[in-house]
Amino acid sequence: MAKPLPEDPFIRDLVVRAQRAQLSRRSVLKGAGVSAAALSLAACSTGGSAKPKAAKDISDTDKTVRWDNWALYLDVDDDGNYPSLQGFEKQTGIKATYTEAVDDNDTYYGKVKDQLKLGQDIGCDTVCLTDWMVARWIRFGYTQELDHSAMPNLKNLTPALQDVDFDPGRKMSVPWQGGFAGIAWNKDQIPGGLTSVSDLWDPSLKGRVGVLSEMRDTMGCIMQDLGTQIDKKWGDAEFTAAIDVLQKQVTDGQIRNIKGNSYKEDLVNGDTLAAIVWSGDITQLNAENGEHWEFAVPSKGGTLWNDNFLIPIGSEHKKNAEALINYYYDPEVAAMVAAWVNYIPPVVGTKEAMMAIDPDLANNQLIFPSDATLENTHVFRTLTAAEEQKYGTQFQAILLGA
Amino acid sequence: MAFGAFATGVAREQGPRRKSRIALLLLLPGILYLMLFFLVPLISLVLTSLQEPIPNGDIGEYQTAFRWENYADVIGTYGEHILRSFIYAILATIFALLFSYPLAYFIGVKARRWPLVQNLLLVLVIAPFFISFLLRTLAWKSILSDEGFVISGLKALSLMAPDAHFTGTAASVIFGLTYNFIPFMTLPLYSTLERLDTRLLEAGGDLYANPAKTFFRVTIPLSMSGIVSGVLLTFIPAAGDYINASRNFLGGSGTAMIGNVIESNFLVTLNYPAAAALSIILMAVILVMVTAYVKRSGTEDLL
Repeated sequence: MAKPLPEDPFIRDLVVRAQRAQLSRRSVLKGAGVSAAALSLAACSTGGSAKPKAAKDISDTDKTVRWDNWALYLDVDDDGNYPSLQGFEKQTGIKATYTEAVDDNDTYYGKVKDQLKLGQDIGCDTVCLTDWMVARWIRFGYTQELDHSAMPNLKNLTPALQDVDFDPGRKMSVPWQGGFAGIAWNKDQIPGGLTSVSDLWDPSLKGRVGVLSEMRDTMGCIMQDLGTQIDKKWGDAEFTAAIDVLQKQVTDGQIRNIKGNSYKEDLVNGDTLAAIVWSGDITQLNAENGEHWEFAVPSKGGTLWNDNFLIPIGSEHKKNAEALINYYYDPEVAAMVAAWVNYIPPVVGTKEAMMAIDPDLANNQLIFPSDATLENTHVFRTLTAAEEQKYGTQFQAILLGA
Repeated sequence: MAFGAFATGVAREQGPRRKSRIALLLLLPGILYLMLFFLVPLISLVLTSLQEPIPNGDIGEYQTAFRWENYADVIGTYGEHILRSFIYAILATIFALLFSYPLAYFIGVKARRWPLVQNLLLVLVIAPFFISFLLRTLAWKSILSDEGFVISGLKALSLMAPDAHFTGTAASVIFGLTYNFIPFMTLPLYSTLERLDTRLLEAGGDLYANPAKTFFRVTIPLSMSGIVSGVLLTFIPAAGDYINASRNFLGGSGTAMIGNVIESNFLVTLNYPAAAALSIILMAVILVMVTAYVKRSGTEDLL
């Protein structure tokens, strides 16, 4: 096999180099095989509890930040630009990339969880997710600890949101926008209006009622209707009582639609006349389709939720992301956003700033709720891992008709 | 295996006998592709389906094990959905066949005299592909909504009860499946009927067979290969479909099919073993049904 190398030093050198190249080609193939095997192994192990480590911050040398968010959740002008984000770029010199990548908490989690587990970059430096999903990320160690000293504007954070049970002291997450879940109805078809969740079970609405597929909002409204304080301690009995109500209404055909974001189409095409909905959507629907719908916080209580900024464990631009969060805690900027998205800004002083933009909006109870409204809305308490699994399965079973 | 039937029919070793290294080399990319994108995921799926929850673990945390009860559990919990999926898929396949056969016959046989009409009709069959599957299904959802003209028209004519509705029912899911898979049924039927030798039909008449008899004894057997591939192309994706039956499209909470159950277990409750076990059950049942079907219709020498 081993053929003697040629005498001529020049040719000899060429042959040696060629052999080396060959070798490296072989090792590349071997590498590919190994990585394929590793990939299949990684796919197998969904367990393990070792928490990933935070990525090294390269913010100082790489002035960029990537932000994933829900659709229609940032002010946009007719040309498709984001005016507030352009302001951020001008002020800080950091180039921001904004992506409407979050369609649903669960599908987004499903998309990024494997990279998070390995501590890898998920393609964004900050993302806004709902309270309960943020709680899960924090539990798993998928977030980076925030440096509050880098975000002086956080002093404007609404006092009620400064301490939440899933993130004491807001070490890992900061609110982006909030909203209510309550009831809405078609004013043309139900001129009398509705006041409580149990009004949805009226026989005249049979087959025309919708509820949200977001468990905490639908169950939160039903549980409060049954007299449970959802932000306090409660257990299986209270949850199961509400599940039984939901199950009965679905089985009887009272509730036909259980949906996420797409419930709006049902309101527009008339399949749904009354439903449990999100507050901001109704403001937007009325603006787009004429004033047909009215929203109310149910008499026995609605739910209150927030979507929160967090910095994924694999992000290399933590400092830039913090600058971004800090920027959006300027009341002037928060008002710019709130005037467009119609959700509740968590920034003190936004209402005053809004007065200058649009006094009508500044008096909108759904954007700047009064203390009385806020008193009647509650946050669904954070569930333990075991509860999340158990209640989620119970709720899904109804959605699947099992 | 039954899928041998899909190979180019009667390839009885006509090629060169000599084993060629080049042939093997040419096959290599295909084999590698299958290894990486079929075999590895399949093994990973089987392993996932046998995992067990980590004691005191968080949501979605499972460890490698051989928990065969997962299969019994999902069949116990979701047996109804599995059954429902196959019933819906079979009904949709039958309706698609009943609709597509006359259509394909018209395009492939009757319209032969007018090539322009033939091409135009073919384009019309394929045209829906130019629009996304999701958009088409959503369009049907709004056409068939309670306040839409179809349903309100039917109600005005007293053909539907005033409080009845169509979206969210089993009928609407089967309708959606049928509609969405009709092109997959029509095209293979067309491609066999297009080659149908009409002189054989004349011969049938000459031999005193009435048109019905000619149809069942001559046309159907000659188009059997088209029927078989059309049925397979419709049934297999229809059984696993989760768009039509989804609550966000034409289905409701009582029409969930196996695909919806897998989606819910995988994305929402993060019960990966259950989702994997259901996927494997779906594959296994389809494989058995298709094998039996292909064997029965004796298509080995037809396809």
